Amino acid sequence: MADHALHHPTPHDEDHAYEAHTHHGNYVKIWAILLVLLFISILGPELEIRVVTLITAFGIAVVKAYMVAKHFMHITVAPRYVSYLVITMLVFMVLFFAGTSPDVMKLEGLRWEKPSWIEANRSFAEHGPAGAHH
Amino acid sequence: MSARPIATTRSMAGMPTGRLAVWWVIASEIVIFGGLLGSYVMHRLAHDAFAEQAAHTSTAIGAFNTFVLLTSSLFAVLGHKAAEEGDGPRAARMLYLTAGGGLIFACVKAFEWTMEISKGYTITSSTFWSFYYTAAGLHALHVIAGVIIMLIVAQTAKRNLELHRVELIGLYWHFVDVVWIFLFPLLYIAK
Amino acid sequence: MATQPVEIGHGHEAHDAHGHHEQSFFQKYLWSTDHKMIAMQYLFTGMALALVGGFFSYVFRMQMAFPGADVPLWGYVTPTQYNSLITNHGAIMIFWVAMPVLIAAFGNYLIPLMLGADDMVFPKLNRLSYQIFLLSAIVLLASFFVEGGGFGGAWTMYPPLASKAEYNLTPLGSTLFVAAVGLEFAAFLMGGINFVTTAMNSRAPGMKMYDIPMVVWMIVIASILFMASVGPLLAGAIMLIFDQTIGTAFFDPNRGGDPILWQHLFWFFGHPEVYVVLLPAIGIVAEIITTFARKKLFAYKTVLYTAFATGVLSFTVWAHHQFVAGIDPRMANVFTVTTLLISVPIAEMLFVYIATLFGGSITLSTPMLWALGFISTFLIGGVTGIFLGASGSDIYLHDTYFVLAHFHYTFYPIAIIGTFAGLTYWFPKMFGRHMNETLGKIHFWITIVTFNLIFLPLFLTGAAGDHRRIFNHQNFPDLNTPYLNFLREFATIALVVMLIAQFIFIYNFLYSIFRGEKAEKNPWKANTLEWTADSPPPHGNWKPSELPSVYRGPYEYSTPGRSDDYWPQHVPN
Repeated sequence: MADHALHHPTPHDEDHAYEAHTHHGNYVKIWAILLVLLFISILGPELEIRVVTLITAFGIAVVKAYMVAKHFMHITVAPRYVSYLVITMLVFMVLFFAGTSPDVMKLEGLRWEKPSWIEANRSFAEHGPAGAHH
Repeated sequence: MSARPIATTRSMAGMPTGRLAVWWVIASEIVIFGGLLGSYVMHRLAHDAFAEQAAHTSTAIGAFNTFVLLTSSLFAVLGHKAAEEGDGPRAARMLYLTAGGGLIFACVKAFEWTMEISKGYTITSSTFWSFYYTAAGLHALHVIAGVIIMLIVAQTAKRNLELHRVELIGLYWHFVDVVWIFLFPLLYIAK
Repeated sequence: MATQPVEIGHGHEAHDAHGHHEQSFFQKYLWSTDHKMIAMQYLFTGMALALVGGFFSYVFRMQMAFPGADVPLWGYVTPTQYNSLITNHGAIMIFWVAMPVLIAAFGNYLIPLMLGADDMVFPKLNRLSYQIFLLSAIVLLASFFVEGGGFGGAWTMYPPLASKAEYNLTPLGSTLFVAAVGLEFAAFLMGGINFVTTAMNSRAPGMKMYDIPMVVWMIVIASILFMASVGPLLAGAIMLIFDQTIGTAFFDPNRGGDPILWQHLFWFFGHPEVYVVLLPAIGIVAEIITTFARKKLFAYKTVLYTAFATGVLSFTVWAHHQFVAGIDPRMANVFTVTTLLISVPIAEMLFVYIATLFGGSITLSTPMLWALGFISTFLIGGVTGIFLGASGSDIYLHDTYFVLAHFHYTFYPIAIIGTFAGLTYWFPKMFGRHMNETLGKIHFWITIVTFNLIFLPLFLTGAAGDHRRIFNHQNFPDLNTPYLNFLREFATIALVVMLIAQFIFIYNFLYSIFRGEKAEKNPWKANTLEWTADSPPPHGNWKPSELPSVYRGPYEYSTPGRSDDYWPQHVPN
């Protein structure tokens, strides 16, 4: 009982364990993969197929972000709670979106409307892309 | 070098205090950008007229800037590696390269915005552009702040002092890179 | 700062060199990095602003009770002034009193001491956070003196009132207000990182998770809640300032924006914010009731896990503030369910406290009176929230004085009662002297009785239809009845008595700092580590060789078989 008070990890111990985990070899390779992914994400939308655009633009963004977090930020080597923290923040953002979008994404309701949104959509549908030169 | 409290040297949570603090900073920044970008996405998904404006941003410039930031992140992590190996001068050089990337990013952005404003796309042109300048601007502020801190850390690291800070500023920089990784498709890809 | 020679006899150069040298007034009081001094700075700033916020409430309540009459110490209250008074009263009390005192002052003071640390892990960041906080307070106060006066669009800053000067009539004041709030957020983000990192990493050897005093847990959880929720509002504040100043239309539905977006951004933070201030107060009460009932906290882990649960749930309830704003009714159903659910963990915590008191050996000292006052009044606040959380009844009660009485029955116990509880309890440690018990008890009784006499009538006027934020209810014939007028006057007179009674505290507090009876290290015979340091603790809190280690939990009172009815954490056996 008396000596449990004295055994606590020091930063020195942590760093040794941390160093042992982080292989410093592959960074250029990861960077090259990231550039290839970037390239694909630019080409994807050119096909003009909505699903392909979504996957290449946003799906690849998620993959790139994960790769940076894992290989550059070493999040998988850090204590678990760091990953939980980041995931929790992202979940809160999803929660915010879920609670807010039913209102913000609507153009009109029972007794209200957003005049400029309705007008913009109408004019876009009729005239195509607006030049916005003003 | 200033005196540190004994408290700073403890690490009951299994991570040095500096690194722990930077992760908390990143966590709080996720929700700042998350709120802003979430609001943007709501607008974007709600009406096509809004989304269509994204066609007027220059995908080429955005992609180039993405390349710049990804490369600067590479230099940042190479700096971390050098710092862990105890090579302060090399770590500092890597940080200078990273900072250079940040400055290139900022300059390209300045050029890009000048071009867009001269075409008439100002922050008040439409809600799309309001979000565009606000989100990219907030991000750019973080880039500039990061560059400044990085230069300060590099100055000290050059003399083999406070090498742990190289990783810390690198972590922050990677986060700034990740935010841009999402900003790029959100603001530049319109179809 | 490190140019002075290191203390002789210690050789531990991690210890700040200031210890034995005469510091200038500036170094010691204005430029300090010592967590205790920074705590005092936050405390005194918060208390000063409480006087400002309290004075504002006096002025507008006088207007409510005696419409059109000259208010002593102010004069005639114009409608614009009225709006500005209520707006700034709310903002000041939440952002510049409750948060700095409960979180920054108590957090800064207690966390290192209760964890057996010599300071926060980032002392200079700590100092910077106070300076930014002070700047935010100055910006807010400045807003009262610019042309047009202070912002009058309610602390909730809804656009278009908040975004268009043609509506709010305060072009400068409104921008200064939003800027002040933004600065305050930045200060607390910085402080929060300090608190969380210190609590996670810098605990005394042997202090495991469940050995941490509840108030430290609560302040840390509150800091995490704050950091996780303020982000969207910070983004929103930038958007609002742009709408106000450069003509963007983020919240203008006529030009591509959406005002409801602001409401969501605000309340996504606004609701967790109330738990951000609640949890520290609940933590303070936990410390006091265990000490003065000489009893273990009835269920430490339950309280801890319900605090976590409350924190997580608090992110799912926010739109109950927007039930009548025109939100999607299906979402209103969702938010009703979550809101009613969240009352459960909080009630759970209060039941644990009552169970802690049951069978205890209770001393009704001043801190204990305040703690009991908190439990009883907060219960009323919590219960009345149920009527508002149910969207059906909220349709009638929204924006009436019922809401106002509800949140004063929660905020006041948190910010005022909780503060007095903490100050009277830790005063001996902070200042090395005792406050006068008799004056303390008189102050308590007058405050708690008048507090109830102010807000109970307001439940009644609210249920009768009195709307909030109305300059003169007598303009509405149905509300201009003798009964309602009487209630308004009654509440106002109770407020005046309550405000005057605070001078008893101010006198007691200031007098005792200089002339109070000297206090020893552990006058309350409590278990937690702060009571092992000198009263007041020196710079560094303990000698570096005497930093305590921990051997047990913080609430081992009245352990069977021991001669003493307390068992401090740092004692090996």
